[in-house]
Parts: sequence; structure tokens; C-alpha cells
Amino acid sequence: MLKELITPQNANVFIGKLGDILEKAIDKPLGYAINWGRIWSLWPVHIETACCSVEFGAASSPRYDVERFGIIEAFGSLRQCDLIVVQGTITRKMAPRLRLVYDQMPEPKYVIAMGACAITGGLYFDSYNVLPGIDGILPVDVYVPGCPPRPETLIQGCMLLQEKIKRMKARKFV
Amino acid sequence: MSSDSDEEPIETTTEENPKSTKVSTVEKEPELPKFEKGIADKIVEKFGTRIKVAFVKPDRVRINVSRDDVKEVASFLRDVLNFDHAESVSGVDYPQDKEIEVVYHLGSYTDSSLSRQILVLATRAQREENPIPGNDATKLPSLREIFYSVEFHEREIFEMFGVFFQGHPDNRRLLLPEDWADLPPLRKDFAIKGR
Amino acid sequence: MNTELPPGLALQKVDERIMTLNVGPQHPGSGHMRIIVQIDGDFIVACDPDPGYVHRGEEKMAEYRNYITNIPHLERPVIHDSCNILYPYVLGVEELLGIEVPERAKYIRVIAAELNRCVYTMYWLAIYGIFLGHSTMFMWPAGDRELLIDLLEKMTGARVTHAHFVPGGVRNDLPPNFEDVCLRQVNYFEKRIKEYAAIFYDNPILIARTANTGVLSREDAIRLGTTGSVLRASGVDYDIRKKEPYDVYEELDFQTNVLKEGDSYARSKIPWLDMLESCRIIRHALQKMPKSGSVRVKLKPNPKGGDASVYKRVESGRGSLGCYIVSDKKPEPYRVKLSVPSFRNLIALPYLLKGEKLGNMPSVYWSLNYWPVEADR
Repeated sequence: MLKELITPQNANVFIGKLGDILEKAIDKPLGYAINWGRIWSLWPVHIETACCSVEFGAASSPRYDVERFGIIEAFGSLRQCDLIVVQGTITRKMAPRLRLVYDQMPEPKYVIAMGACAITGGLYFDSYNVLPGIDGILPVDVYVPGCPPRPETLIQGCMLLQEKIKRMKARKFV
Repeated sequence: MSSDSDEEPIETTTEENPKSTKVSTVEKEPELPKFEKGIADKIVEKFGTRIKVAFVKPDRVRINVSRDDVKEVASFLRDVLNFDHAESVSGVDYPQDKEIEVVYHLGSYTDSSLSRQILVLATRAQREENPIPGNDATKLPSLREIFYSVEFHEREIFEMFGVFFQGHPDNRRLLLPEDWADLPPLRKDFAIKGR
Repeated sequence: MNTELPPGLALQKVDERIMTLNVGPQHPGSGHMRIIVQIDGDFIVACDPDPGYVHRGEEKMAEYRNYITNIPHLERPVIHDSCNILYPYVLGVEELLGIEVPERAKYIRVIAAELNRCVYTMYWLAIYGIFLGHSTMFMWPAGDRELLIDLLEKMTGARVTHAHFVPGGVRNDLPPNFEDVCLRQVNYFEKRIKEYAAIFYDNPILIARTANTGVLSREDAIRLGTTGSVLRASGVDYDIRKKEPYDVYEELDFQTNVLKEGDSYARSKIPWLDMLESCRIIRHALQKMPKSGSVRVKLKPNPKGGDASVYKRVESGRGSLGCYIVSDKKPEPYRVKLSVPSFRNLIALPYLLKGEKLGNMPSVYWSLNYWPVEADR
């Protein structure tokens, strides 16, 4: 029966179809596994842009300890990183550098905008050298408000990001 | 902020303000602090009418100098009066007077009798309506050879006010972005957005 | 120090042995600034600091806000030392408006400023530890500073950005039972930071890495106009709290710490010794503080200064911090200039790094007690 179905002429089609079926069958568990791996090893880039970096530093201190949620302290190369936490005000001098850092990171990559300045410009809404938020430069996943946000708020933001990754498609081409 | 200032018919607290903050011609008033008066007298003795003592307050003496004399006065302050470093250099823009004031706050580490004192040395540069930083008449002699510590401060004044310091070996941009093409931002005619 | 060294740099003279490196702004050893270094093999030939990545135009913004609404944004340059950076501004405004501050408020200010100095220094120490690859020295200070942050939070209501000092006093009185809690926490804190000597300051590896690197002689420290811990590590006894006491520092019992060596090790030790002194100041101030009384003079809304200028300075966690205010009878100041210690110490960096190994760059750079956000304002 099967032999009759598969002829040299339609073998490619059949294998292609089989591949589709297989892919659909394992896509969900595979995607889940991939996302699970991504969630628990978020590596932030070490780029400080303004004063929120104090609270970012405090978040990895023993009292708050973001590492228990799978976010590792920012001390690596940016080519291995997949998370960029924009810590506060982006000035006109910093903006091109920030974009350069983002472009050098490998896919997939996520962005957290930390602090009022990174969201809308915050306190510096009328300054001549400050951008009104980073939306014009980077695609932001999670906004963490506060001036500066408490470390708990930052941790909550990171957990929201993990929640978001869990619901994302692991592979874009499916 | 601005709405507050518009509506309030404010009574200021300046009535209670001691008059000492407003002293402008002070040479011969009796209640002046002695030590500071001594410093001011020494400078007046040396330079006479070429300088003007703007005020003598406790721990603070302010002298106004013309731009041609500023180097000479500064080296006198360093060599004879022992002021050895500049704490801060500020620019203040006065569009009505068509002048930009540069204020040096000088202090002393080596002379323990001067450790409380800040000598304020102010000089003024000509202000241009359409500034071309570095290529217009807004120029002052640099004090870097006299006080090394003004190096970065003068670079900051150059980019923030467009005052070019003649003799400063390194008049580059310091804080502003490399592509800044607007007016120097701390001038009064540079208005920030929405204000 | 080589006085023939052109300031800024000999960046122009490049032969093929010399390599130019950009350190920062994305670099674990730079912070929010860029340091352009030229190296010959492993040795730094020339260095050019490039600050300005966090230049937010505080001084321009201050001209558009009145004396009270300037407070929140003026403390942002150093949020973990926010009491000290507001201090000269508040003192200046008080002199302009002619306000006399109640006695209790002065003591509360001193306590808050000293607590904040410790909070700042602990953060600085934590980063210094991680710059040297000493992870324990990141974890310990970063954990212990939370104790003092708790105290400040009780006192002011905010974790780091307190905005507690206002012209005329402080915003709030102390919460009930604060003195006992403060005394207990500070005593524990003092005991705890004394332990750092064993793991960090007496550590032979640390001494080998930082002693005799980046030596700044006494004459150069004076000539370059450095301030704070950099100056005192080079043997100049100059502390604004002693030399030009503000508020109630005259009545309190403390001493200044001076070391002669002028190297990175001495520069990193001075802030730690200062913290021990801060604990003494806090205890003494708690003892001498009036137990009750008002903490704030009521101001008229939208106060105006006279036609005057004022320059006030205080000793912050990094050194002498000055504020120059020019007023012109309007509710907004005509000009506010912050003369910040980080900016003043930055000038020493090219001189210190010349001839050093590249590996010593982070330790020398951070030993300047430098906070880039403050320097850029």
C-alpha cells in the first residue's frame, strides 16, 4: 500500500509532507524546551547608561539576588548576551553606542527599559541632550517604571519578560 | 513651576536678608571681615584701579578683572597670595551687557590660613550674537599655565558658552555629542524645547 | 609626573608600535565613559578620557525651575549620595534667601549626610572589588549597605533618591524610635566594615596589585586641583568638614584621615577609613541632637533671591562639592553651577595612567573615586 503511494515522482512531496507533520508534532515540545532554556539563562549586557545602574547593581547584591531567577550578573561579552537592560537616561551621545551594542548581540535578544528616563525621558523631559525614551532606538519588551525602580521592581520586570518568552514562538520560520 | 511664578503675587524674603549679600562698593565699611579685607587690600595695592573688588564677605572675596589683566592678576594670586588651584570655573551669560562672564573660584591647599577662603576671580569676554565657537571675538586668555586644574573646566566652558581660550593647548569638545551643531547650550538664547 | 606631557594627549603622534584602544562605554572596567588609551605592548603610553555620555544638562534645566523644584533633578547626578550633592545647593539657597535653619534640622542633616556617605562608599567599594576580580568584596559591601539604606528609607521615605534636604531644614522629622535603631545599625555596621580589613585591605594579592600603581605625588595632587580621597591619599590634609565647617560639624568630634603614599592602595583605603569616622560622627550627633523642636522653617511660596551670587561647598563622599548660584531677583536661579569632585579628579587620570600596565587601568581609574554620571551632570 505504502509502496504504491510512494513513487519516485512524488517521493519528495511525500517526504516534505512527512517533515511538516513531524515538525508540527514536535514543534510544541521542542519550542517549549528551547524557551525553557532561554528563560533561565538570561544574560544582560554590561552597558550602563545612567544612574539606574546603581539599582541594577543592588539587584544582584545578596539581599535581592536576581540570580535565583535565572538572570546572571552582567559581566560577560556582549556576543554571548541576550538581554539588554537600558539603565536610565539615554543621551544623544550614548544613543548611537547603544544601538551599536544592540546590533552586535546575537538573536534572540530582549530589551528591558528600566526607569522613567528610558521610557519617556522622565525628569529630563525638557533637557536638550536627552532622548524622550528609547522607543525610537530599540524594540522594547518590558517597561519597568520608577525613578529609579526598586530592585524588586526590576526583578518583577525580568519575571514578566520570562513570562513573555514562555509564550513566544521559539522558532520564527514555523 | 512656571505657572506658579505667574500667578503668585509673591512677597519675597529678601527684606530680612542681611545687606551683606548686596554689598558692592565696600572698601571702607567698618564691619568687613578683617582677614578677607587684608587680601582685598593687597590686591588693590598692587593693581590699583585696574581691578575692582566686587564684594568682601566672610571667606569670600570677589575681584572683577578686565580680560587683558586676568593673566597678570592670576599669577600674582598664585605667586604672592598662595592660591594654588582653581576649584571651579563657571560661565555666566549676560545677553543685555553683550558679555559672557567667566568666574574662577580659587582656593589654597598649601597655605593653612587660606583654607577657608575662596577667591572669586571674574572676567568678561565679548559676546557675539551669532557665535562661531573658536572663530569669533569671544576669546579669553587661558589660565591653564598658571592653574593646571582649569584644563577640563575651560574645555567645558568652550563648548557650553563658545568662549575660546587663547593659549589652551587642547580646545576640544568634552561633554557634548560629537555632532552638536546648535548654539552652545548654556547661552541664554539657546531655549530648551517646550519652554 | 612628566610636565612636558601635552594635556589631553599626544594622540596625534602614532607610530606603528602604538595601538589605540577604546575602553568603554560598553566595558566592565569603564562605567559610563570612554577612555581612549594608546598602548605600547602592555604599557599605556597615553590616555584620553572621553566623558559626556550622561550629560543631561542639569545646569540648563535649573534655570527653568524655581529654587524648590530644582531639588529633585539636582540630586540625580549621584543618586546614591543624594543628600551630599544637594547640601551645597541648599546651603547656598539659604544664604540667598536669608534663612536660619533650626538646630535639630542641622543635626538631622549631618546624620543623613554621613549615612549617605557610607552608602555611597560601600557601592564604590563593591565596584572596586569587582573591578579587581574580588567577588566577595562585591557581595559584602553590596549587602551591608542595605542596612544603611533601610535607615535612610525610614528617615526619608525613599530608597536612594531622598530629596530630603530643602532650603530651611529637612522635609520630615525623624520617625519615632529612630535614634535607637540608628545606633544599633551603625554599631553593627562599624563592626562589620572592620572585618573588611582582613579580607580586602590586608589581602596580599590586593596590595600587590594596587600598591605603587598610579602614584600621585603631593605636589601634583595640589597642582592638578584634585580633591577628597585622592588629595588626602597624597598627604594633603584638606577636608571641608574641618577646614570650613558647615552646619554643626564644628561641634562634632572626628578626625580626617591622611595617607602619604598617593598610590591606588592609599586612595582605596581613605574612603574606608572615612566610613569609620562617619560612624563616630553619627553616634556623636545622635547624642548631641536636641530631642525635639522644629525641623523646617516655613518658606513663602516661590521664594526669590536677591541680586547676588553665592558659592558654597561641602565634603561629599568623593571630595569637595561646590555650588555656585547666581540669582537675579526672579524665582528661578539665573545660573547654577555644580563644581563636582569627580570632574575635578578626572584631570589626574591621564597623568596616573601614563606608564602603567593596561591591566592596572581599572584599579587606577576606579581608585579616583570617580562617578561618571556626576562628572557629566
